[in-house]
Amino acid sequence: MTSMPEEKPQAETSLHILIVDQNVMRASILEEGLREAGYRKVSVLRDMQNLMRKIVDIDPEVIFIDLENPNRDVLEQLFTVSRCVRRPIAMFVDRSDTDMIEAAVDAGVGAYVVDGLKKERVKAVLDMAVSRFNAFQKLREELDRARAELDERKVIERAKGILMKERGLSEQAAYTLLRKAAMNENRRVLDVAQSVITAARLLK
Amino acid sequence: MNDSSVIVAGFIPLLDCAPLVVASECGFAQNEGIELTLVRETSWANIRDRIVVGHFDVAHMLGPMAVASTLGIGHLKVPIVAPFSFGLGGNAITVSLALWRDMTLHGAGVSASPAVQGAALKQVVAERMASKRPPLTFAMVYPFSSHNYLLRYWLASCGIDPDQDVRLVVLPPPLLVDAMREGQIDGFCVGEPWNSLAVSVGVGCIVAATAAIWRHAPEKVLACRHEWAQRSPDRLQRLLRALSKAAHWCAAPENRRELARLLSDPRYVGAPADILSRGLSNELGLIPAGAPRAIPYFYEVAGHRANYPLRSHALWFYSQMVRWKQIEYSEELQAAATETYRPDIYHAALQLDELEIPSASREDRGFFDEIPFDASDIRRYLSSLRAPVE
Repeated sequence: MTSMPEEKPQAETSLHILIVDQNVMRASILEEGLREAGYRKVSVLRDMQNLMRKIVDIDPEVIFIDLENPNRDVLEQLFTVSRCVRRPIAMFVDRSDTDMIEAAVDAGVGAYVVDGLKKERVKAVLDMAVSRFNAFQKLREELDRARAELDERKVIERAKGILMKERGLSEQAAYTLLRKAAMNENRRVLDVAQSVITAARLLK
Repeated sequence: MNDSSVIVAGFIPLLDCAPLVVASECGFAQNEGIELTLVRETSWANIRDRIVVGHFDVAHMLGPMAVASTLGIGHLKVPIVAPFSFGLGGNAITVSLALWRDMTLHGAGVSASPAVQGAALKQVVAERMASKRPPLTFAMVYPFSSHNYLLRYWLASCGIDPDQDVRLVVLPPPLLVDAMREGQIDGFCVGEPWNSLAVSVGVGCIVAATAAIWRHAPEKVLACRHEWAQRSPDRLQRLLRALSKAAHWCAAPENRRELARLLSDPRYVGAPADILSRGLSNELGLIPAGAPRAIPYFYEVAGHRANYPLRSHALWFYSQMVRWKQIEYSEELQAAATETYRPDIYHAALQLDELEIPSASREDRGFFDEIPFDASDIRRYLSSLRAPVE
């Protein structure tokens, strides 16, 4: 992903940007990135009640919302001509530029800007949102993997505990037994451990 | 994997995604040589964007959203085609218990006509205005939706200005029942199972099925990019045949239980099967603990009348966009709106006899205020509608 804050003219940092995201971590990652790049007016909305009214009060020029958020449709009400909206909001990007919208949708972020804002003025902001959303996604995948590993370890610990108690084995011996069974049956240690837990439950 | 057999379809968890689910689960897609992958989505905006960028080949889409995208209202102008209708009706208007109590004091009654319910609502609105209480808030699911237009149609026809006398807001279906319970909204217009869910948990009363406002009203469509339809004509036709057969399967009373069970799966609609079967059987409980009532034509899922993408439907949606100032009137826009619906593709896929082509005239006379929709002259039609008070 390209990053360009260095060459960005100073005036652009005056854009008022709103982040609508119920995920605290993802919102902070984007907010932090924008602030580091010099954007001073960044607001974050996490509470979705009366969303429209809050947005009208905040009156942002650019809005980011995560695509998992069903409240995205609430936001689209801003498209329609309505007395309550001072300035009409449109979907981000120039009508010819579908690459940008593709990058945004791929990253899981929806972007809206006040109608009439020049593409060059908001491109840097959008690129920032896309790269931060992608970074968050990677982080989340790592987190999920770490959590899954932790869960696996817990299963094996429990199976070892059962073997130690029922067969009077040491921890090391219990693990060796699990591993041997796994090798003999051509299964993963995790699967054998899971069977031990299930069997223990059934025999209780 | 053979590319020419794969179709990725996005859908929103609502009752009328049924033909897609059945096409995928009961072998109808497979019989046409299609590998159908369904992807559940959380917002209409996501459905549109993922069609636009090509994540989805086709999608379950609001009819007016397909028209709006073709016209480029508010969003990227991306020509969309709608060669199949997912059925007619299936929606209702539900109000909170408090509003229902107020309305019954003014003559509203269980399964009374939309005119009677609307007259009662108008009295409630007038009382609130006189006592300087805040206006009632009604929710619908999207600005470009039949829910928005039929709710507005009913209100305006009963002398209530949808922009002045009440507040109209967008809320996603899964949040409606809670918002009503917490008193944030007084009413909503949405597809099933959400009306029946509100009734079953004792939060709301159904005041009108949209089928009572406009009998045989158009609803969602199968949508894809114009460019995709051109590139994959054979794949699209095979999908239409699968959907048509799946829709017939859905309509057969002996399959209703199984259909409700299928849709109740969390991967699809994820609502209790007994709630889903209310809309599928056209028998809704209208008030909490009330006996189910037969609602004629509540949801029509199959047959040429239900599935044929009538161009007059696209035109009616366009007329309402003009009526509610979402877009201006022009002959070019009218032509573009009309061409969004593609009966020719439906025709080619299903090999209709001339006699089987549904005629628009029957649907166009089904409005509760008896004003016929004249598709040949939209401006005259709009001036014939009861205008909200100037």
